[in-house]
Amino acid sequence: MNITVIGGGPAGLYISLLLKKRYPNWNITVYERHPAGVTYGWGVVFSDRTLAELREADYKSYTDITDNFVIWDTIDVWYGDRWTRCRGHVFAGIARRKLLSVLQARCQELGVVLHFEAEIEDPAQMAAKADVLIAADGVNSIVRKTYAHIFRPSLELGRARYIWFGTDKVLDAFTFIFRETEHGLFQVHAYPFDGATSTFIVECAEETWQRAGLDQADEAESIAYCEQLFADHLQGHRLLSNRSRWIRFVTVKNRTWHHENIVLLGDAAHTAHFSIGSGTKLAMEDAIALANAFEEHGDDLEAVFDEYESLRKPKVEAFQQAAIESQTYFEHVSRYLHMNPVQFTFHLLTRSGRMSFDNLRLRDPAFINTVEHDCAGVNGKAAPLFVPPPLLTQVAVGPQRLPNRLALDQPPAEDARDGTLSDEGAEALLALARREPALLITPPLAVTPEGRISPECVGLYREEHRDAWSALVERLHAERNTRVVAHLSHAGRRGATRPRRYGLDLPLPPSEAWPLLAPSPLPYTPASPQPKAMDTDDMAAVREAFVRAAQWAAEAGFDALQLNMAHGYLLASFLSPLTNQRDDEYGGSLENRMRFPLEVFDAVRAVWPDDRPLGVLLNVTDWEPGGMTEEEAVTVARALKEHGCDFVQVAVGQTTPNSRPVYGRNYLKSYSDLIRNEVRLPTICGGYLLTADDVNTLVAAGRADLCVLTVEEASP
Amino acid sequence: MNIGIGLPNTKADATGECLLEWARRTDEGPFSSLGVLDRMVYQSYEPMLTLAAAAGVTRRVRLAATIIAAPLRNTAILAKQAASLDALSGGRFVLGLALGARQEDYDAVGAPYRGRGRRFDEQLLTLRTFWQEESPIGPRPVQAGGPPILVGGMSERTFARVARYADGYMHGGGPPRAFARMAEKARAAWRDAGRPGKPLLWGMAYFAFGEEAAEAARHYLLDYYAFTGPFARRIAEGLLTTPQAVRQFLRGYADAGCDELILFPGVSDVEQLDRLADILA
Ligand SMILES: Cc1cc2nc3c(=O)[nH]c(=O)nc-3n(C[C@H](O)[C@H](O)[C@H](O)COP(=O)(O)OP(=O)(O)OC[C@H]3O[C@@H](n4cnc5c(N)ncnc54)[C@H](O)[C@@H]3O)c2cc1C
Repeated sequence: MNITVIGGGPAGLYISLLLKKRYPNWNITVYERHPAGVTYGWGVVFSDRTLAELREADYKSYTDITDNFVIWDTIDVWYGDRWTRCRGHVFAGIARRKLLSVLQARCQELGVVLHFEAEIEDPAQMAAKADVLIAADGVNSIVRKTYAHIFRPSLELGRARYIWFGTDKVLDAFTFIFRETEHGLFQVHAYPFDGATSTFIVECAEETWQRAGLDQADEAESIAYCEQLFADHLQGHRLLSNRSRWIRFVTVKNRTWHHENIVLLGDAAHTAHFSIGSGTKLAMEDAIALANAFEEHGDDLEAVFDEYESLRKPKVEAFQQAAIESQTYFEHVSRYLHMNPVQFTFHLLTRSGRMSFDNLRLRDPAFINTVEHDCAGVNGKAAPLFVPPPLLTQVAVGPQRLPNRLALDQPPAEDARDGTLSDEGAEALLALARREPALLITPPLAVTPEGRISPECVGLYREEHRDAWSALVERLHAERNTRVVAHLSHAGRRGATRPRRYGLDLPLPPSEAWPLLAPSPLPYTPASPQPKAMDTDDMAAVREAFVRAAQWAAEAGFDALQLNMAHGYLLASFLSPLTNQRDDEYGGSLENRMRFPLEVFDAVRAVWPDDRPLGVLLNVTDWEPGGMTEEEAVTVARALKEHGCDFVQVAVGQTTPNSRPVYGRNYLKSYSDLIRNEVRLPTICGGYLLTADDVNTLVAAGRADLCVLTVEEASP
Repeated sequence: MNIGIGLPNTKADATGECLLEWARRTDEGPFSSLGVLDRMVYQSYEPMLTLAAAAGVTRRVRLAATIIAAPLRNTAILAKQAASLDALSGGRFVLGLALGARQEDYDAVGAPYRGRGRRFDEQLLTLRTFWQEESPIGPRPVQAGGPPILVGGMSERTFARVARYADGYMHGGGPPRAFARMAEKARAAWRDAGRPGKPLLWGMAYFAFGEEAAEAARHYLLDYYAFTGPFARRIAEGLLTTPQAVRQFLRGYADAGCDELILFPGVSDVEQLDRLADILA
């Protein structure tokens, strides 16, 4: 076989040597546009998992690579005037130049033909001449561009600017530096790689970069700026440049990775943000998978490429997901500058979701001990040696201190009559109270009979309801001193449905249904009845119903109140442009769409006791094109905060039946993080949390103040 | 976890009598249900009719359509068939539905391939209305509220459909780890939707015992799943061929919270059923 490889980076060289080793009589030729030994970038980092695969794939290059490794186990985070250290990680670094020279030498030894200073301009011509064309030509791949209509690449540009420097300062840890300036925040990702030099990547927001005048700066000026900015860290050492420029990271994805006899490898096929340091690893793993596929399917190229792509794509996509989370973190890191250094570091280390409280405890017990003390708010020599884990620490929500971070809640009731909770429903709440959550949230309580989701939902719209709840709240308090939260709701256009054991939003037969209210006359599903667009009288009546229910809730002894502005129910349907198409002062701009929900909130705030928390269950995204965005949700949460809201429980989706959710463990984490740290409002986060580790990780990182646990009865 | 048996209704060599024999023997054995697969352009039996015939020769096991490509079918007819099967079998029917990935199946019945996701949503929304008291279309299903509905699939939207319209999730096959991940999504979606209790979780796998049978079964799976490209091989590799593999597989699924696991034979020889029953005994 004649194999042509475009690109002499890690991907191109490694696939060439692997194939040549297995098939000595194949002709393998690499074309690299740069001269041998000339390359961009400084050091690259590997994790231990990769190395096992490299050893199996080619022992010779594996030993040559690992002989040149610098190995370390520490992450240092410099933030403000303090630093935090976390140990027990495994990192191995190598100079990119060294890595390439090892691979080049191995290629030559095996008989791969290497052409340097050979830039390929017409891949189609190369493909026609070869049996196989391997495109390992990096992030700006000419092959991918030439066949864009086939590979259908998506290139997403990051929001931050970064520049890849080296430094002759020797580091002994993966070092993050966060530095505030009058222009904005700069951060450094720095790590050792060859015993004499270190990689030093400087990153900042686009606006910061412009304000600092760096958009006008040449290479020397950029170096001078950064050397001065980080002079205390560099301690007289220099920053080294290698054609370094301020660029934005491009995340590359391709619909497919192969076409006829052409296959994409490494950065040409996919990139993952450098902050999880995996691009080289992924490129070399690609090469291993492709070589294995050749071994399995021989010259059946279709089968070889299918196998390669189907094996690699899911793995790469999982990495890209983690990389996006990490990249997003760094793009928004100024959101977290209010945190103290310990929490800031814990948040940083758990940013991509691949590391948890328990993982870190195994790696560095002392660090987690510090995190625990930090969460417990006790420090110094006089503090106890050991303190409870984050989930058992106290927290202030509005005017109250809660004893721990757990909340439990219940789905809409299924067996109430005329809005009165059944005995079984009461028993279920008592059973939850015995689990000792700090907060016990009721099922949604309808503020009017029409505000019920189904005829079997509970309510707080009659005096008898108040009395029944009063008796139950007393029993709940007697049970375990749990705080009980009344969750007030109006179903809006999602009312008058059959109980949820049959499914969601299945309309009642017309004989049993009641008229529905909504901002605009849009049925929830094609089968739902059309709601009435609310006029000012309707709005006044709903507002009064919320006020009356709040007063009764106070009289019944509830400890806190939560208003439902989520999931497409009445107040939420005012907020979302998908469901609010009014052209009066209650529709259109976000300010107008917020008006009615805020009026209700204000009216409730006026009657709800000041010494008890009042919060909102808020949709942070509609998860649907054209719906409410996270930015808008932040605006709403800010307004709520100004109006006296004490907490937000985050929710997503269900604004219409067409929302496109992504479910899984912990799927609300980033939304809670956004509201808590951007708006600085205490949050309650659910989203299918099952373990103490889930809660400890969210709380210690400051992503949530309280967590709604899903209690699943273990099967025997 | 209950164990069901899949009928070999997509095996070209399975005679009508052979299918009924599988059904009879399953009804006698330690098994809880019978499953069937749905495929249009293939040498296969129509699944609802196969289950109707099976209903006639069984008394105990549940009859599960695992899984039917809903948008290939007219909703009213599908609802009527499901209600009929439930009534004829004394309330033993389970209706599993999915999109169906093969365009050739759509072309063959003249149903549009594009927009099938939206049509599937509409079908799920209306299906149960045919089973309500007020509906002029009978018969009434025996099971209260109609037969349980399972939704299958892998896309993110699948789990929203499970939570919104169905009683549970039907997984399309794979190692316990893969099942566990999907089960987690189904449970998360269920909880987000505020549905009471938990979603039913069903899984499936293929078995064939003996070297010759295993070889034939792999051959069949590569052919049956050829439309999935490289995944066909992964499915063939997942074939359960030894008592050890079966036991570990069952343990893995049970641990992941599977309620019902349907084991499909890779060959149609009914003697395979005895060997499976021995292992489970
Ligand atoms: C700031 C930064 C830090 C990083 N840090 C790490 C890290 O710590 N760890 C890690 O694993 N990864 C890291 N990466 C990622 C890593 O650099 C890449 O993912 C990796 O190099 C990909 O290998 P590749 O062979 O696919 O592409 P490349 O290494 O880009 O190689 C492509 C080669 O093709 C050549 N070429 C391109 N076009 C042509 C043409 N038309 N004709 C001939 N030759 C051509 C190029 O000159 C180049 O040599 C980092 C990336 C960045 C941007």
